Amino acid sequence: MMLRQADSDPVAESQMDGSSPILSVERLTVALPKGADRQLAVENASLDLRRGEILCIVGESGSGKSALSGAIMGAPAPGLTVTGGSVRLQGKEITTLSERAWCRIRGNRIAMIFQEPMAALNPAVPVGRQIMEVFELHARMSRAQRRERAFELIRSMQLPDPERIAASYPHQLSGGQCQRVIIAMALAMNPEVLIADEPTTALDVTTQAQVLKLIRDLRTVHGHAILFITHDFGVVAEIADRIAVMRHGRIVEIGAARQVLTQPAHPYTRELIAAVPSLTPPPAVLSPVTNPVLSVTGLKKSYGSVRAVNEISFELERGTTLSVVGESGCGKSSLARLIVRLTQPTSGRVEVNGKCYLSLRHGELRSSCRAVQMIFQDPFGSLNPLRRVGATVERAAILAGADRRTARARAAELFDRIGLPREAMDRRPAAFSGGQKQRIGIARALAMNPDVLIADESLSALDASSQAQIIELLRKLQNDLGLAILMITHDLRVAAQISHRIAVMQAGKIVEIGPAARVINSPEHPYTRELLDAAPGRGLV
Amino acid sequence: MTRRYAWLASLARPTAAIGALLVGGWLAIALLSRVLAPYDPLHSMVPLLTPGSRGPAGNIFWLGTDSLGRDVLSRLIYGARTVIVVATVATLTAYAVGIVTGLLAGYFRGRVDAVLSFCANVILSFPVLVLYIVIIVALGASAANVVLAVTFGSAPAIFRIVRAITIDLRSRDFIAAAITQGESTWRILLVEILPNSSGALIVDFCLRLGYSAITMGVLGFLGLGLPPPTPDWGGMVNEGRTMAFAFPHLVLFPCMALSSLVLGLSLLADGLRQPPARVRRVG
Repeated sequence: MMLRQADSDPVAESQMDGSSPILSVERLTVALPKGADRQLAVENASLDLRRGEILCIVGESGSGKSALSGAIMGAPAPGLTVTGGSVRLQGKEITTLSERAWCRIRGNRIAMIFQEPMAALNPAVPVGRQIMEVFELHARMSRAQRRERAFELIRSMQLPDPERIAASYPHQLSGGQCQRVIIAMALAMNPEVLIADEPTTALDVTTQAQVLKLIRDLRTVHGHAILFITHDFGVVAEIADRIAVMRHGRIVEIGAARQVLTQPAHPYTRELIAAVPSLTPPPAVLSPVTNPVLSVTGLKKSYGSVRAVNEISFELERGTTLSVVGESGCGKSSLARLIVRLTQPTSGRVEVNGKCYLSLRHGELRSSCRAVQMIFQDPFGSLNPLRRVGATVERAAILAGADRRTARARAAELFDRIGLPREAMDRRPAAFSGGQKQRIGIARALAMNPDVLIADESLSALDASSQAQIIELLRKLQNDLGLAILMITHDLRVAAQISHRIAVMQAGKIVEIGPAARVINSPEHPYTRELLDAAPGRGLV
Repeated sequence: MTRRYAWLASLARPTAAIGALLVGGWLAIALLSRVLAPYDPLHSMVPLLTPGSRGPAGNIFWLGTDSLGRDVLSRLIYGARTVIVVATVATLTAYAVGIVTGLLAGYFRGRVDAVLSFCANVILSFPVLVLYIVIIVALGASAANVVLAVTFGSAPAIFRIVRAITIDLRSRDFIAAAITQGESTWRILLVEILPNSSGALIVDFCLRLGYSAITMGVLGFLGLGLPPPTPDWGGMVNEGRTMAFAFPHLVLFPCMALSSLVLGLSLLADGLRQPPARVRRVG
């Protein structure tokens, strides 16, 4: 494999020349606590990381990729224990080091970049001070030197106006800016190895593209060795030099990026790559909207002088899907909450089946709210943790007018429809995976016999393969039941897969709306083009 | 072990086990007071006998007698019944008030919250003891008024806890789902929100039961508790106070009884605090 790739792949070459790896992990095994769903979080994982290389560890949630990185950092998550194998940093064994010795390595020679940039920063301290604290911990420098170095780092993160950024508190910065500050902190001591755990998952596509470029530059310009953990094959295609694919705690395939992406050897890798939604929308016959089930006219919501949703109008035809795409903060979720009347609009009309939904009073609203139902973003928060999931769905059926007996039967029928066994009805939400919870959320919405289903970022917390399954399920339900779906998402790939039409939202306004294929293939608005360009891994996956 | 029985598992920890033993012991004593008490707690016999001495008929008084010649052990045993019943009723009443107001304030926010929070803060800003004295002096000493005083003193704190939990739960999507399905507000409050706050409330309930027991002791000691001759631990300390140097048993045993009950409740609350033991997902 190496030989075949050698002429085209610089990384393969660097492996050929025999330069010793900075970090080498050999047969590392991490045990889970008793009673977990399997015995080992990581089983016999071996990998090498060289200078100037980005190694992506890809896997779905539960594959053990974070357990692996935690073990490499000498800080396994509570309950996990390293039971075998070795991790060597420049030839020196580090798994057996004392906590004291570790403190000299962490942040100094191995540094970590986290998934939630806001959560990784201290909210009560200006970020410049937080960077300076790293120097206080690890280096002897004067106050002025520390200040100078911190500014230098902020500048090198391509952040504008370093003075202002350094004086800002985390909440005054955007997610992307926070993530750059985190990266600056990680780089402060010029570590040999950087471990990035899903560093762009919480970011918008355009910000993600910028942060990925920054990380790529770190590798090429400064020669850092980077271990990049992600579940997103688009990101992998964008950034990886080599790829390790993990499943059930084992590394099932490891090799040069191009090799793994274009000629995956393991069936699981093939499955994962196939699950990445394509940016090419399926051909669809689209007739003009004649009989809209949902029509929104001039909908507006202001908070003080801020217009979260500004004069939005669109129509949604029975049996079709409209995706509303935009970055976080563009007002797309506010739009969804306005339509189901979780918040009251400042002005505008929402008509469902020709009836003005917003003018309804309390009692009427309760009886006609079944027509529009919502699937929520966070599968962990959208189900009552103490209720058996069957009871949750049954309750929805009762609210839709069924009596107790028929509600039970209806819930069972819905569980068949969403592809969960009926026995699952007696369990509580904690027993299900994110994708399964999202299915239950769909069943709860369907129990109301809705005409319109609003999915508010319902796929964004899921793995690619669960995403693909839910998209398939929604498509099937749409065919069977003639549902109209309003899909709120930041992910153009998801939108391309499921929509008949796409609306692009920016700063509270719809800037472009049209048939999916047209919006994706020949975008008219510059912002739509920007979003499309930022979609990770366009060329490869 | 399933979630439902998780709290039973927490009894396996030594602190919780000791707590449960103390509380269980006092509960048993309260329930069986008729059987366990050697004498009628109101019946006068020989006054001021020291513990372990014998009466004229050769009968033994394990913990001695008080100034009116009543058996201290029997009064302690009947006193357990008084304190457990009154403290429990008082705490439950305080909970009923605190939960209802807390749910309403946390769920509706706005003006409802402003008014209720203001009331709670006004009550909390009074020294509790002064509050008790005012209530009892104004309304007279009786079990019902002790309940009222404790409710007044405790409900604002419970209100705050319930309000905070409700504000948090209110923003969860499962509440939004219930609203979009047209679920009634009362059902959302009582079926969706309240059960999800029960963990914190059960722990607080045990602690607060202890506080209520102390409050009863304090009120009894100040002569504001249950009217005599009801056997009441605080009242017993009060009656024995002037003779405490000559006859320490009059003060010592009721104090020990009260401390052991409160200690038991605190340990139990500590043990019931949900362990963060849910197995972490690996990923």
